[in-house]
Amino acid sequence: MKVLSGKAAFKGVAIGKIREFGQKKVEVNKTSVSDAEAEIARFEAARDTASAQLGALYEKAVADVGEENAAIFEVHQMMLEDEDYLDGIKGMIRDDQVNAEYAVSVTGQNFSEIFAGMDDEYMKERAADVKDISARVVRILAGVEEGGAAMDEPSILVAEDLAPSETLQLDRSKVLAFVTRKGSTNSHTAILARTMNIPALVMVSDAVEVDGKMGIVDGKEGKLIVEPDEETLKNYQEKLEAQKKEQELLNSLKGRPSVTKDGRKVNLYANIGGVEDVEAVLANDAEGIGLFRSEFLYLQSNDYPTEEEQFEAYKAVAEKMNGKRVIIRTLDIGADKQIDYFELDKEENPALGYRAVRICLNKREVFKTQLRALCRASAYGRIAIMVPMIISVWEVQTVKEILEKIKEELREEGKEVGEIEFGIMIETPASVIIADELAKEVDFFSIGTNDLTQYTLAIDRQNAKLDMFYNAHHPAILRMIKMVVDAAHKEGIWAGICGELGADTTLTEEFVNMGVDELSVSPAMVLPVRNKVVNM
Amino acid sequence: MKEFSYVVQDELGIHARPAGLLVKEAAKYPCDITLKCGEKKGNAKRIMNVMAMGVKKEMEVTVVCEGDQEDEAAAALEAFFKENL
Repeated sequence: MKVLSGKAAFKGVAIGKIREFGQKKVEVNKTSVSDAEAEIARFEAARDTASAQLGALYEKAVADVGEENAAIFEVHQMMLEDEDYLDGIKGMIRDDQVNAEYAVSVTGQNFSEIFAGMDDEYMKERAADVKDISARVVRILAGVEEGGAAMDEPSILVAEDLAPSETLQLDRSKVLAFVTRKGSTNSHTAILARTMNIPALVMVSDAVEVDGKMGIVDGKEGKLIVEPDEETLKNYQEKLEAQKKEQELLNSLKGRPSVTKDGRKVNLYANIGGVEDVEAVLANDAEGIGLFRSEFLYLQSNDYPTEEEQFEAYKAVAEKMNGKRVIIRTLDIGADKQIDYFELDKEENPALGYRAVRICLNKREVFKTQLRALCRASAYGRIAIMVPMIISVWEVQTVKEILEKIKEELREEGKEVGEIEFGIMIETPASVIIADELAKEVDFFSIGTNDLTQYTLAIDRQNAKLDMFYNAHHPAILRMIKMVVDAAHKEGIWAGICGELGADTTLTEEFVNMGVDELSVSPAMVLPVRNKVVNM
Repeated sequence: MKEFSYVVQDELGIHARPAGLLVKEAAKYPCDITLKCGEKKGNAKRIMNVMAMGVKKEMEVTVVCEGDQEDEAAAALEAFFKENL
């Protein structure tokens, strides 16, 4: 037994025979041709074939992995039509009187070096694209069929690296997992593996001479186990069995409404931290986004993000969610999540300090920029705004006044503003106790159980010495949730939970019985929670 | 000649997908369309050219349209940049 380690690109376990994926290497020899024009015609015919193949691949990819992931093949097609690339090849055939295979291979190499030399990780990956299209044309010219692995049975595929076109052409029913010796977690293959739900490992540099051997891919630990001993194999077979059952069950829940047996409906939403998480939200069939943390916009930039930058991010999410509710939480930072350009002072007790809406109401300009971006984005989808860390009614009223002014301002500028729901986070004991008054001011409540628990129990989760006192299911918290839900319903508004407790499936039944209208959880937890709901 | 400047907002800069869309858009017009970014120059109708410029977030790009339909081309591309980049 040998255990090889690499980086996990997509979790999950796979067991099976290992197959080396080999793209048949076409030996390119330089030969001289007497009729350069005929050779150019031969190249052009091969290029047309390659372009047609890519067009078909694009169609297949759109169906398999969606338009966004498929776009790379359209880009490949355009590269094949690039005048500089074509001129390079044709010029070489004409001037040097060489064969088309050689001209394509050298020109492809030259162009790929331009990309490989750029100081940009993303662009470096593009070097592989140029090589990929050039190799395709060379294969066609040489009359060599597209390579692959001899996969008579579902196998674990090992390769140096896989080009996106290679990944997509594989017969999915025959691929148990991908393992590449090179590649990165950002490579197309890794991204596609995630979309296709196939366990994948990258950078397993020692995976050599493994063809035909038994193997186990552990996509959680990032390990490839070659020729496992009996005990290890048994252990993983159990894991695989459990994984299969779980996945089957969850897949059967996609597209099903989250309704209990006696007909009570719960909105199952997802929490996200950035635009790129939306794919996972859709893949897991969440019914909306219950918490879009807007902090990432501030954390990843060196200065206050502009209205335009924010607008683009909110709009992108709203559009991708296509009419489903997207609840965006306004800036929630404080001394514990420091951002240099905010120049926040160090605090003795940041949890009780200058943070979230308290900063927003002091730095009005920063807040207004965010609200303007949110209002503008509301024209592109169903956006709801949610304000964190509320303790008093006046805070809510002040935010509403600012928001109304901004809407008016935007309309005067001729900008479209959509319908916007307005809600607050309930995460302080104060807001729970005055929830009846707050409910008169807003369209919804979302309970942030993490902070609410910390403030109510007076326990800092980072302090391990307090573990014995901590109880996530403390009756005080559960009663508070009930109070909030009742106060909301009395005023005819809805109440949800977006903290960690929302994903606690041992509490799902209790929450639904309390009348909680919405649960917002991490994308991967949507289906497990739905499973609880439909079975109660 | 018609030109405009734009500061790229997209996280990844002018990466593969928008470069492809940009080339498609540029190809609709007969005029010459050149991108300038710092020292670098590129033909907006050639994808490898555009990608090899390596335009990143917050870099300023100047787009120069020269020839037939330059007004339409500049207007369409300006809208394209605002929408996609």
